Amino acid sequence: MKNKLIAYPYIVWMILFIVIPILLVLSYSVTYKSDTGLAFTLQHYKRFFDPLYINVLIHSMNLALISTLICLVLGYPMAMIIAKAPVRHRNMMVLFFVIPMWMNFLLRTYSWMSLLERSGLINKLLKLLQLPTLNIMYTNVAVVLGMVYNFLPFMVLPIYSVLVKIDKSLIEAAQDLGANESEVFLKITLPLSLPGVISGFIMVFMPAITTFVISRLLGGGQFTLIGNLIEQQFLSAGDWNFGSAISILMLILILLSSLVMSKYGKDKEGVGLW
Amino acid sequence: MTLNIIELKNVCKYFGEHKALIDMNFYVRRNEFVTLLGPSGCGKTTTLRLIGGFEHPTSGEILFEDTNIADLPPYKRKVNTVFQKYALFPHMDVYDNIAFGLKVKKMNKSLIDKKVKEMLSLVNLKGFEKRSIDSLSGGQQQRIAIARALINEPDVLLLDEPLGALDLKLRKGMQIELKRIQQRLGITFIFVTHDQEEALTMSDKIIVMKDGRLQQIGTPEDIYNEPENAFVADFIGESTIVDGIMHEDFLVEFAGCKFRCVDKGFGKKENVDVVIRPEDIKVVGSDEGMLVGMVQSVIFKGVHYEMIVKSGNHLFKIHSTKMAPVGKQVGLIIEPNDIHIMKKERVKDEE
Repeated sequence: MKNKLIAYPYIVWMILFIVIPILLVLSYSVTYKSDTGLAFTLQHYKRFFDPLYINVLIHSMNLALISTLICLVLGYPMAMIIAKAPVRHRNMMVLFFVIPMWMNFLLRTYSWMSLLERSGLINKLLKLLQLPTLNIMYTNVAVVLGMVYNFLPFMVLPIYSVLVKIDKSLIEAAQDLGANESEVFLKITLPLSLPGVISGFIMVFMPAITTFVISRLLGGGQFTLIGNLIEQQFLSAGDWNFGSAISILMLILILLSSLVMSKYGKDKEGVGLW
Repeated sequence: MTLNIIELKNVCKYFGEHKALIDMNFYVRRNEFVTLLGPSGCGKTTTLRLIGGFEHPTSGEILFEDTNIADLPPYKRKVNTVFQKYALFPHMDVYDNIAFGLKVKKMNKSLIDKKVKEMLSLVNLKGFEKRSIDSLSGGQQQRIAIARALINEPDVLLLDEPLGALDLKLRKGMQIELKRIQQRLGITFIFVTHDQEEALTMSDKIIVMKDGRLQQIGTPEDIYNEPENAFVADFIGESTIVDGIMHEDFLVEFAGCKFRCVDKGFGKKENVDVVIRPEDIKVVGSDEGMLVGMVQSVIFKGVHYEMIVKSGNHLFKIHSTKMAPVGKQVGLIIEPNDIHIMKKERVKDEE
């Protein structure tokens, strides 16, 4: 009885700010204003399957996937290094990883702008060294760089937390049975850390595929991603119905991919979202 | 080729300031069942980990068939380990766990199949190939861990308190089974335990350790009957230890009485520890005993009664099939053979 009581505030919150908004978005996505009031339609969904928009989706997925894979390649060894460090150093190393996240997200992305600009810090330095300058601002490269920079901790932390939990005696047992370092990694460490990899993958891929700030600031609006498309529909085009339809489609897409991932991971541990 | 398969020479192991092992010297013969015995923190597990290759000695040599292997990584050693908590791989089934070592060696599939079958039947778990590790009981996991190590046909099998997590009855069964496996395969076993009864039951040779130092090496009979110092006497089996004075060869005084004994070679009036096993004290009528005392407590232990008898300021623990009630005056008789005299450990020598 008591437990139910303390759950009420959250239930109220959930209904007010999660359930109702989703229902609102859903209702916008399947209605249009006719002469007689609101009427049901699927035309907004149909509209999305125009090649124009499908290409935006594919482009977004591509960039998000590339960023996620780069995060994985950078993040896994990093997580391993932290997990192998002596206990007293670990917290410090994790802290270094987390501190940038305490700074405002926009601020961090703006600072990348001033670094990457034609006359930004990096190019000034390159000029000073008589090296050719870098012109990646407002390209896919800059967008991916921004995503990797911002989302890397979401990859490192779940992998790290699974790696530290692996029983050291399992590693020793594998060595004892004749496995050298790379065999131990491939046969023991990697498979046991998969739940962390999967939850890291989901935690990076989701914000990466829906971001609109990074792509607008570092991509300069040239490269419309799905997030920008939704933003446009709501803020500039004023087509709330279409914007809602895209949002619902994204929701379904993310839901499905998360389900597939967690099923593949099959372990109950680590996959934080399900 | 020598008879010694493993030999430790002047091995020391320090973890920072902490001296885990100090000057360990012993050898293990081929096909021997050797037990490292001592209280927790005595360095027995460290010794095993040094032989397994998970730690490297601070100084000294570890010889494997006369070759120093002190700095060899574990996967290059012809020894395998059964870990304290089994350390079975949770993401593999029983078959893959047992086959792990052979798969790493890239042995062909049908041979692996055959060997895994053999191993499962050796540990009495036929048909368990596809079972997951979670679905096994502690005793079954134990057997799988043993099979996983033995399938590699190691020259030496290291066992780190492998029976510690099992209940008493299962443990007794596994003791017999381990011994059977060892004799059948003719593999050298180095076994770590803090359970003296387990050590006495299973071993050909026992190495008693305390605080990183070797205390005594010998057969179970030697260690039990002729403990070298008061610590060994106290740790192996039960005993009463009292202060005594050695008057001359074969004559010792303790508890206010002089006794014949079989020890010699002590200094005149040397202070010694006198160790007496509880089953070696005979309880007789108060007028017939060498010592007289009063029964303080009686506990029924099944096979015998355990009585504490107070004589002067000394308490003697006695095991006897005959019971004397609490408060009764009794006489105690101790045969010369059953009085073990030990040099006092000099505290100064310790550091």
